[in-house]
Amino acid sequence: MTKLYGDQRAIDNISFEAKEGQITGLVGPNGAGKSTTMKILTCYMPADSGQATVCGHDVVHQDLKIKSLIGYLPEHNPLYKSMYVQEYLSFIARVHGLSDIRTKVVDAVSSVGLTKEKHKKISALSKGYRQRVGIAQAIIHNPKVLILDEPISGLDPNQIQEIRDLILSLKKDKTIIFSSHILQEVESICDKIIILNEGKIVADDQLSILNENAGTETIVELELLNQMNEKYLMDIDQTMQISSNNSKNFLIKLASGRDIREDIFDAVVSQNNKILSMTMQKSNLENVFKSVTKESSN
Amino acid sequence: MISIFYKEITAFFSSLTGYISIIIFLLISGLFLWVLSDTSIINYNYASIGQLFTIAPLVFLFLIPAITMNTFSEEKQQGTLELLATKPLTDWQIVGGKYLATIGLIVLAILPTLVYYYSVVQLGSPKGNIDSGGAIGSYIGLIFLGAIFASIGLWMSSLTSNQVVAFIVTAFFCFFFYFAFSFFSELPIFYGKIDAAIRSIGIEYHYENISKGRIDTRDIIYFISMIFLFLWLTYVSLNRRKW
Repeated sequence: MTKLYGDQRAIDNISFEAKEGQITGLVGPNGAGKSTTMKILTCYMPADSGQATVCGHDVVHQDLKIKSLIGYLPEHNPLYKSMYVQEYLSFIARVHGLSDIRTKVVDAVSSVGLTKEKHKKISALSKGYRQRVGIAQAIIHNPKVLILDEPISGLDPNQIQEIRDLILSLKKDKTIIFSSHILQEVESICDKIIILNEGKIVADDQLSILNENAGTETIVELELLNQMNEKYLMDIDQTMQISSNNSKNFLIKLASGRDIREDIFDAVVSQNNKILSMTMQKSNLENVFKSVTKESSN
Repeated sequence: MISIFYKEITAFFSSLTGYISIIIFLLISGLFLWVLSDTSIINYNYASIGQLFTIAPLVFLFLIPAITMNTFSEEKQQGTLELLATKPLTDWQIVGGKYLATIGLIVLAILPTLVYYYSVVQLGSPKGNIDSGGAIGSYIGLIFLGAIFASIGLWMSSLTSNQVVAFIVTAFFCFFFYFAFSFFSELPIFYGKIDAAIRSIGIEYHYENISKGRIDTRDIIYFISMIFLFLWLTYVSLNRRKW
């Protein structure tokens, strides 16, 4: 799909798939096109070119069908603040044409943990609770697809944990798409991550594969009891880069990504020296994020 | 559509909007009709509530923009329009639900004035000496007038997320469509040539016609087509997000 805002390409020829039973994370810096992508998927506005389907229905021609299949939490979680929680959820249930509204509301309220707050006005709720109301309105009709735009931005760490657990508990038999500009949020709950930058997909993979690809470089930090000449370490692999300022603390980099800790141990022991500490830095998703978003910007 | 209608009506009466609109309308019309000596029915010496239908359009000129100003602009400002637009509702259902709720509120404001009618019927000499046909026509005309003003208000509200702008521009357009064409028709360049055609574009001409108790299909068609024109423009303005 491609979407233009004036001359600017909000999303530029992107293509991806989200599977049932998985949480797909859309990550990217601000203005990367995450919300635009979601607005297209939720039939809020059409793409300028390309096609999107939700459960086999086209977003342009079968929008009413799709709108009844998805639950959507827009960015900034818009709510009618003058309504009471229960009143608001009943309204949403009526819009969906649900029968047995009372039980649906009770179910939604209890599944997001709002039972105590259900008689309060939305304007009287804290941000975390408002976010739960937003999620409750998205799940009240038991949608097959759940699209959440930045559901945990701006919450405190406890609230983040709660919302995270809530989203994980909904994962079964639903397709969940989730966006965030903070990588750790996504890393902790998503099965698949799509990294967007300036409207383009710069990485799209299962979390495990992304993590593997991330670590092409091995970095080992080593601290020894006594001084030792670098050349004994160089014997392990000639392509290694070693830096040290006192011949006791070493920073070893190896481009191949091979785990060389055993070899280092043997080399040190063979010189009758002792290891005080040795850690291998795992190049994490954050590095991938930084490197891919920088690469494509340049 | 019913869900939107229900939500809007609830919103009118859970905030002060609904009550204030009705009270102010009744207060102003009541004052002019019964208290202020220049326009009071008591001093008028005729058993007629015609005064009500001269004053009511003026009250509607600022009351209806106040009712409609936040129908869409507030939703736009709060982002809730995105919420509604991604629910299984067509844009026509959203426009229709909000419009019917506004009409509902206007009708609720007009209804209590039937008491004035009843009072005049009782005060007449002999009792019941009142032009009922005129009154029925006037009520129908007033509801249509309110309905056009409301459709203009909905359209303006859908164009901006600023409620004050929506209010002012709606008030201006209502004023323009009500009075301006009668005024234009009397300008020397039009007078005696196409003055009748110009006057018939304005609301006042048709409102006065129907107030005489003469329910003419031409006037009804005028009212209905004006309403649909502005509702269609509202629909188009909601649809702009898809362009």
